[in-house]
Amino acid sequence: MNKSMKILIVDDFSTMRRIIKNLLRDLGFTNTQEADDGTTALPMLKDGGFDFLITDWNMPGMQGLDLLKAVRADDKLHGLPVLMVTAESKREQIVEAAQAGVNGYVVKPFTAGTLEEKISKIFERAAA
Amino acid sequence: MQAEMSDSLDAAQDNVALARTLVDHLETGNQHAAMAVLAQLAGFRDSVLFQQVGRLARELHDSINSFVLDAGLEDIARHEMPDAAQRLRYVIAATEQAANATLSAVEDSLPLADSLRSDAHDLAEKWDGLDLRQLSSGDYRDLSRELSGFLAVTQTNTQALHEKLSDVLMAQAYQDITGQIIRRVIDLVNDVEDKLVELVRLSGQPATGAQQQGGTVKNTAAQGPVVPGVDKGDLVSGQDDVDELLSSLGF
Repeated sequence: MNKSMKILIVDDFSTMRRIIKNLLRDLGFTNTQEADDGTTALPMLKDGGFDFLITDWNMPGMQGLDLLKAVRADDKLHGLPVLMVTAESKREQIVEAAQAGVNGYVVKPFTAGTLEEKISKIFERAAA
Repeated sequence: MQAEMSDSLDAAQDNVALARTLVDHLETGNQHAAMAVLAQLAGFRDSVLFQQVGRLARELHDSINSFVLDAGLEDIARHEMPDAAQRLRYVIAATEQAANATLSAVEDSLPLADSLRSDAHDLAEKWDGLDLRQLSSGDYRDLSRELSGFLAVTQTNTQALHEKLSDVLMAQAYQDITGQIIRRVIDLVNDVEDKLVELVRLSGQPATGAQQQGGTVKNTAAQGPVVPGVDKGDLVSGQDDVDELLSSLGF
């Protein structure tokens, strides 16, 4: 796993963005940027250079699921690995996210270990 | 409006005629007839007043009835308000848990930092008081043993401090979770406020009923964190459940 990959963290709560950013730094990922919803995130992603997207679901403006769908529908971005980190925990929501093409799904509240495990799983699978 | 105006015009003309008759009877000293006219005047006023009040009351009753039905006030009172109270109780519990996790981590960390500081202080004093030219081999052995012990403790303690600080970091997730829950309660409070304003408006000025609000919420629309005892439906119970579900979908 390339530790210098560029990661975008999308969550409307700045505290959660800071938590994820710190956890990633602990895991050796220091090249991170932040956005507070899909509307801000999408142009950043389109500007290019991101290797990984971590997004919340429930956000004002553009929600995480819509951001995921927009990424999958975009010619340049469609292959971007996306990890959803969210408090949404209905089975049908998880199924919908899976159908929309999410690469991993972490429910809040989560542990540092869970985040690490899901990230490595995503990149192991991508490398395989 | 036109009809009402001509009605009240007729009524006024009738009243004037009745008043003239009353004055005539009084002037001619016909007390009995005067009282009869007076009663007629009062009765006329009462019946108009009663009719008006009756009509207003009926309109108000109808408006409020249809408003209550349309606006889902009953659902708010029966379900959403008690739900909101339970959500807020969950917020108290979640913030308490986060505060306790943070306090425990701090309480565990302070002795670690203190022992590092006091060990470093002792070692520094010895080092400063040392005359390197007169160092015996025994002194050297003692000092090197002490130094290597200190380095080992430093590694253990800083590792433990790192873990405690990570616990503090993770505990802050409560802000996102409770923020989402509180935002949902604020939406309900705003909704109730709008309905109360509408109710006040209705009782001041009868209207033909309120419009139905909102629509059905899509099942997979984002709803924020699950609050135990409030949120129902097909929920996962944790990350293991999510993993199981996803693997059943071929993940």
